[in-house]
Amino acid sequence: MSKNLRFKSSKLVDETYRISFKFNNKTYYGYKGDTLASALLANDVHLVGRSFKYHRPRGIMTAGSEEPNAIIQLHDNTSRTEPNVRATEIEIYEGLVASSQNCWPSVNFDIGGINNILSPILPAGFYYKTFMWPKSFWEKYEYFIRKSAGLGKSPKEADPDIYEHKYIHCDVLIIGAGISGIMAAKMSAKNGLKTLLVDEKSFLGGSTIYDNSEFSKINNQITSSWLEKEINEISKLENLEIKTRTSVAAFHGYNFLLARENLTDHLPINQRENKIRHRLLKIRAKKVISATGAMERPLIFDNNDRPGILLSSAIKKYIDLYGVACGENNILFTNNDTAYETAMSLVQRGIKVNAIIDNREQIDSKLSYEVEKNNIRIFKGYTVVDTYGYKRINGLTIMELSKDGQKVIGKKIKLSCDSLGVSGGWTPAVHLFTQSGGKLKFREDDQVFIPNKYPSDQLSVGSCNGDLGLDEITINTVLSVKKFLNINNTDYKTFEIVTAINKSKRNIWLLPSNKILGKTKSFVDYQNDATAKDIKLALREGFRSIEHVKRYTTTGMGTDQGKLGNMHALGIISETAGTKMGEHGTTTFRPPYTPLTFGTIVGRNVGEFFDIIRRTPIHDWHVANNAKFENVGQWKRAWYYPNKNENMHQAVQRESKAARDCAGILDASTLGKIDIQGTDASEFLNRVYTNAWSKLAIGKCRYGLMLNEDGMVYDDGVTTRLDENHYIMTTTTGGAANVLGKLEDYLQTEWPELDVYLSSVTDHYATISVCGPHSKKIVSKVIPDLDFSDEKFPHMSFKNTKIGQIKCRVMRISFTGEQSYEINIQSNYGKSVWEKCMEAGKDFNITPYGTETMHLLRAEKGFIIVGQDTDATMTPIDLQMNWIVSKKKYDFIGKRSLYRSDTIKDNRKQLVGLLTENPEEVLEEGAQIVADIKKLPIEMLGHVTSSYYSPNLNKSIALGVVKGGKKMLGQKLIIPMENKNINVTVADPVFLDKKGERLNAKL
Amino acid sequence: MFLINCPFCGEREQSEFKAGGEAHIERPKQPTELSDDEWAEFLFMRKNIKGVQFERWNHAHGCRKWFNIARDTSNDQIKAVYKMGEKPPVK
Ligand SMILES: [Zn+2]
Repeated sequence: MSKNLRFKSSKLVDETYRISFKFNNKTYYGYKGDTLASALLANDVHLVGRSFKYHRPRGIMTAGSEEPNAIIQLHDNTSRTEPNVRATEIEIYEGLVASSQNCWPSVNFDIGGINNILSPILPAGFYYKTFMWPKSFWEKYEYFIRKSAGLGKSPKEADPDIYEHKYIHCDVLIIGAGISGIMAAKMSAKNGLKTLLVDEKSFLGGSTIYDNSEFSKINNQITSSWLEKEINEISKLENLEIKTRTSVAAFHGYNFLLARENLTDHLPINQRENKIRHRLLKIRAKKVISATGAMERPLIFDNNDRPGILLSSAIKKYIDLYGVACGENNILFTNNDTAYETAMSLVQRGIKVNAIIDNREQIDSKLSYEVEKNNIRIFKGYTVVDTYGYKRINGLTIMELSKDGQKVIGKKIKLSCDSLGVSGGWTPAVHLFTQSGGKLKFREDDQVFIPNKYPSDQLSVGSCNGDLGLDEITINTVLSVKKFLNINNTDYKTFEIVTAINKSKRNIWLLPSNKILGKTKSFVDYQNDATAKDIKLALREGFRSIEHVKRYTTTGMGTDQGKLGNMHALGIISETAGTKMGEHGTTTFRPPYTPLTFGTIVGRNVGEFFDIIRRTPIHDWHVANNAKFENVGQWKRAWYYPNKNENMHQAVQRESKAARDCAGILDASTLGKIDIQGTDASEFLNRVYTNAWSKLAIGKCRYGLMLNEDGMVYDDGVTTRLDENHYIMTTTTGGAANVLGKLEDYLQTEWPELDVYLSSVTDHYATISVCGPHSKKIVSKVIPDLDFSDEKFPHMSFKNTKIGQIKCRVMRISFTGEQSYEINIQSNYGKSVWEKCMEAGKDFNITPYGTETMHLLRAEKGFIIVGQDTDATMTPIDLQMNWIVSKKKYDFIGKRSLYRSDTIKDNRKQLVGLLTENPEEVLEEGAQIVADIKKLPIEMLGHVTSSYYSPNLNKSIALGVVKGGKKMLGQKLIIPMENKNINVTVADPVFLDKKGERLNAKL
Repeated sequence: MFLINCPFCGEREQSEFKAGGEAHIERPKQPTELSDDEWAEFLFMRKNIKGVQFERWNHAHGCRKWFNIARDTSNDQIKAVYKMGEKPPVK
């Protein structure tokens, strides 16, 4: 290595512990404590990626989570590979493998770089304007754009790591362990409050921990030493829990926060086995103190994005904290005193600072005199107008600023450098504050937004509250925390602060140039390649609201949410539009503050824990008998039972035929069951169903249809009167919970006078339905004591009985149109009764059938399935079910809506049967139905809702909804498909056994 | 995420509750007497105000009771919680 960029005795790095890692296939060395960024910089690697749109070479720009450029792909291993990792945040470990993103084929030779040359034709909104129209063009471009843009690769295999969620309740949560966070934590914990202190870094102390110059002192101690003592003290406090590497992602209302605790990402791979990688903390805090600090602003000038250009505070941090110099020949460019601290940190290590370019004409601070003493040239009232060097900065030109700062004057001066530190002052990190709903105010003096109104019990302290000087930070933190926590005693009495910084600043959002704006590339959002020119273009094109400008130019829309450049975007907008800052709104920062992995978000809820799985009591039998399952809500329902070599169609045809020819058996346990009791139970049913219930005799069953108040069908099912004041209602499988909720709602809020009690008993009973001409013989064998004669036990009635010693209910009800018995028994006996039925049915070819056959059989009978043949726009009249709507009842839910002007129209979509011209042709469910394909545009009349090949009718049958369908019986319609038109005839939806004779059929 | 003070159970996480829309809309006692417009008023028309709004909530994963809250939609602060049938305690 030619350059010596690594310096000894830094704060964080352990020089005795060397670590090797790979970046873009090359092996490098760093030390324990390094971030990937600091280790790369120590190896003189600045070029780490390409920008998103123009593919310009980009380097490390910051030393923290605000990094816009150094976004890398971590790991080669496909299951752990992770895109969009910030090199400034990841700590290196033995075996780390990382590569650049946004470049193809490689970071050094990038095809997309041609966009940089084409950039005059790639202004803001270019992609919207060009590639989206005509649509066919987008399809051609998309592949190449996506490939060359590259957003990193997502892993193709399941994530092997473990994640978890944890709830935390505390009195006080403090976000950020910089100087004010540490002070707040000490005051809180020492006053008996249960306190949690979190910081996204691996160390405590924030930026003050490397504030180690002779010119910054608290109570006669160098500031960093003073803070170290404080940290030592708080780490022993009992009431205080400290979590490092923990980044708050979201600050919601009511002081509910989400934070990600990173537990293993800094460990060598072989030490991560069986450890939790990330923990998502769900924190409910009585009080929250934000001490999130401030971020240094860049400066906006032509070609401000070259590798080697960093924030000046980042250069200071790399040298002080990691012992890494970002270059051997540094220039600093600033509008305030911050860069002078950086200069001193470099000079003290013997690193060359070539010059400081300062926008200010007058500079009058102790620090600036110190800098001058070290023979560093200061260009006062100057600005950088251009930079040079393609993959690394090698020089720049500067010019003098006019008095008003609007123009550059005089001659260009060229300077050489290999690193440029920029400082545009500081922006309080108010992201989490605004996430929580906090409102900001603008402070004219130094052009910053600061917290104004707290939406919950919270406080901002330190530089995130706009206190940017050490004196303000210390004094105000103590005062405001004391008041906020209502405490009197703290260890902090008086502060004697020594600082060499002068707070003066010359803020110019967009620095003037000797070129016209159209010829410059002054980046505002580095990650999304949005320039000052783009923002001005957006304003010219009429955009005004910051939210619109943001979307049009994509400023602030990257994974960094534009943490660096948002202020400049606002500044340029207000300067151009001649309005006050904040008048066009401030941008809204949304969670997460920094990106979270999906693993962290889902925690342990993966695989079989992703959602609750409900299995019927007979589930094991279905598994043992080769059932295929389908998900119905959370339920696993047997779908069909293929014999050897059978496909689904063959199995369903066989099952359907057996159910009508001999006997079928269905596990109907998933149907919702609601137990209804009380002296007003009958009246209640009268009000919730469309038909009448008062006269239903004890021991009888009745089908009911339930509507919403808007008259649309909501649910259906059979309800049985068990006793005078006792009913059991069945609902659809998917509707069970909602129906119960709806009934409870009416009982509690509209009809509290009714004496009715509801209990969900869905899981308490197993339900076995035996159907077909042999069904009676089978159930008689299973329950020999019960009289199954049609006289004693007719269709739509029920009996209390016993199987062995176990009580059960048998209903004679049918969803297939066959004679059919439904046994309801305590769940844990379900499987044994099912097996008894199978045994009893052996001689009658009893055939288990699943939901697919059930659907086919009911379609043959024209029975609807709510949610398949209906959506939320079908009334019972539309379904041709007028018979179930009581004319006599004064009221029921939805009644009034059945004669609204809209619901009585006769061209509403109505349920009809459909028969294909070719009986072998089975329609596609969801296919459109039309009458005339010649007249354009073709009028869509409706769609197919259910369609099957019926083995019992030997033809294709379908149900569909068609505009005015009721009056179209016998009419020919067309189903236009991709490559043919299918002719159909409108038919009665009941295809089989119109008279219902099979309900009592005997063999 | 709100903390809601269920009048029957006490303070619980919002995730235990289900929102049920605007409160104090009584189902007409005699729907058949109403014109289409009057019925539509009950059926479809809901306020959407910035400020204190009265809402129905249900402790779905708790006691399953319905109750009302007064919530300021501009900052999500819950000004009052009260039982069904009771008058709102705030304006
Ligand atoms: Zn409750």
